[in-house]
Amino acid sequence: MWGRRGKSASVRHAQVARPINERGAAHTADLLIGEDGTVGAQGPWTLAHLAKLERRLDAVTWPDRSAVTVDASRVTALDSAGAVLLLRTIRRLEQEGRPISVDGLRPDLAALFDTIRTTWDRLAPEAPPSAQNWLERLGHLVWTRLATSGTALSFLGESATALLRSVTAPRVLRWRALVTSLETDGVHALPIVGLLSFLMGVVIAYQGAEQLRTFGANIFVVDLVGISMFREIAPLVTAILVAGRSGSAYAAQIGTMRVTEELDAIRTLGLSPMHLLVLPRVFALVIALPLLTVYADGVGVLGGMLIASTTLSVNFPEFLSRFEEAIALRHFVIGVGKAPVFAAIIALVGCYQGFQIRGGVDDVGRHTTISVVQSIFLVIVFDAFFSIVLSWWDV
Amino acid sequence: MVLAAAQTGSPLIEVCHVCTRFGPAVVHDDVSLTVHQGEVFAIAGGNGSGKSTLLREILLLKQPDSGSIRVFGSELSRLTDAETMALRRRCGVLFQHGALFSSLTVAENVAAPLREHTRLSPDLIRDLAAVKIALTGFPMESVGKFPSELSGGMRRRAALARALALDPELLFLDEPTAGLDPMSASAFDELVLSLKRSLALTVVMVTHDLDSLWRIADRVAVLGNGHVLGTGTMEELAKSDDPVIHEYFHGPRGRSAMEQAWKQK
Repeated sequence: MWGRRGKSASVRHAQVARPINERGAAHTADLLIGEDGTVGAQGPWTLAHLAKLERRLDAVTWPDRSAVTVDASRVTALDSAGAVLLLRTIRRLEQEGRPISVDGLRPDLAALFDTIRTTWDRLAPEAPPSAQNWLERLGHLVWTRLATSGTALSFLGESATALLRSVTAPRVLRWRALVTSLETDGVHALPIVGLLSFLMGVVIAYQGAEQLRTFGANIFVVDLVGISMFREIAPLVTAILVAGRSGSAYAAQIGTMRVTEELDAIRTLGLSPMHLLVLPRVFALVIALPLLTVYADGVGVLGGMLIASTTLSVNFPEFLSRFEEAIALRHFVIGVGKAPVFAAIIALVGCYQGFQIRGGVDDVGRHTTISVVQSIFLVIVFDAFFSIVLSWWDV
Repeated sequence: MVLAAAQTGSPLIEVCHVCTRFGPAVVHDDVSLTVHQGEVFAIAGGNGSGKSTLLREILLLKQPDSGSIRVFGSELSRLTDAETMALRRRCGVLFQHGALFSSLTVAENVAAPLREHTRLSPDLIRDLAAVKIALTGFPMESVGKFPSELSGGMRRRAALARALALDPELLFLDEPTAGLDPMSASAFDELVLSLKRSLALTVVMVTHDLDSLWRIADRVAVLGNGHVLGTGTMEELAKSDDPVIHEYFHGPRGRSAMEQAWKQK
């Protein structure tokens, strides 16, 4: 046995010595049909030559006789891909009722061919892919949707009970995790939230300036900036930013913990992922988002004030005194009051999507994206809902 | 006899005087070894001895700080992009954790390199992938499953099928039996051995599984302290008086693996 191995090694030696990118380029692989009906295979039947060979085989007109013998004595190299192509051809001809055999293959190549042939014969001829009909697909779709809403509901219920428990027994709450979360999701968000709401204030003032100047109503820029910033822009912009920054991070963190079995470890240690992971994040965001909104209010109005003084000649004292009489406290309260609701939505959606991750790493990316899209969607839906309810109440 | 067979092949991989540092930590300090055509060459050594780093350097995934590595006679540091691609097509790699693409099914995973690198018909690609999967003993009814739905042993076989997809001449195995139960591990050893014979492969494996070292390795290089402590057949290494190698082979696990190997012979 070792003798044969030695021989096969020395045969392949010739290939090795050749430079890398000219592997087996010496002859072209081919299948030749002689006029007397003999079939001869030649050249290297290897993967590099296989695409050409496959097209060639499709075009071949096989000799019109009952049994075909392929003379393979001039095949210089054969790998498993070449063997599969040959076996496919054999199977096709056999299905047409013409038995075909291969003859004269060099012994070392024949050994490989036989191995592949045994494997090939074990493979069942391919079954046509079962087509799902539309009813089956519809049923599957409905079922998965129902199951999803079921798990979402149970997650909501679970977090609600955990919340209740942490209210009655505050000791179960992880204060350290909460403080860390406050820092990464609140404090670290200050620069970006500040910059964006400042720019929003600038944009709103600019957009209003043109129209207000036409009517000589320059001073009303204060109402425009103040009310829109306080009631809508600051809470929304902050919530959307935080959804992108923290909601996605929650999903990715918890998802990665699931993939690395950390969640299972937490459970087997007799701890609750709800208390350990979800509640601190929800609480931190519920505290941080209103504070960030207040900050965004201030910076946004500052941006508007700057533009008012430069383009509408409403100077700072004028702006501030008008601000005091025009902007009622309720605008501020309504804006900041929406923030905790948005925060809860973002944190819960992020954590929920994290828990939904099954198995693979690509699932982490997918659910992270879903968490951002869903939380921004829900934030805007709830914002619209607030607007409708508040207009009913006439505030 | 084993030695004689191994020596007949020409050198496929030549690692010469390689040094590697990670910051102040020296991983390789003048490492040299040669892998011959047609042999199963194992790189052994304790944790952190730089086995996997050496493998990554041979695979062009990391550059050594100094020294030269020649694969198929080409110096790795001087390859053009086209030559790198050509070289990579001639090497199959089985990563420690399989590294299957998690968004693709097993069948798609094995077909992926064929689809990228060849212009064969989808039909033929499917058949080729099926043959490779069947060769590794992966159950054919599970080819539609995703990697996350597979057990460790099945994942290893699927990953091996993908490594074999392009009919490589050189097969690299990174800890092929780590984390497998003894039955699966020895079955995997047998599989590697039979594939190596039937596909005329040269196998380079990184392992510290003493059983599979005895079972399938033609020659073994033991790394330690940044050096190659010894190279040779397992019988030769077992007689070595280097203290680290001695500890490696004559520790409680080494001894039982050796006894097992002697019993089988």
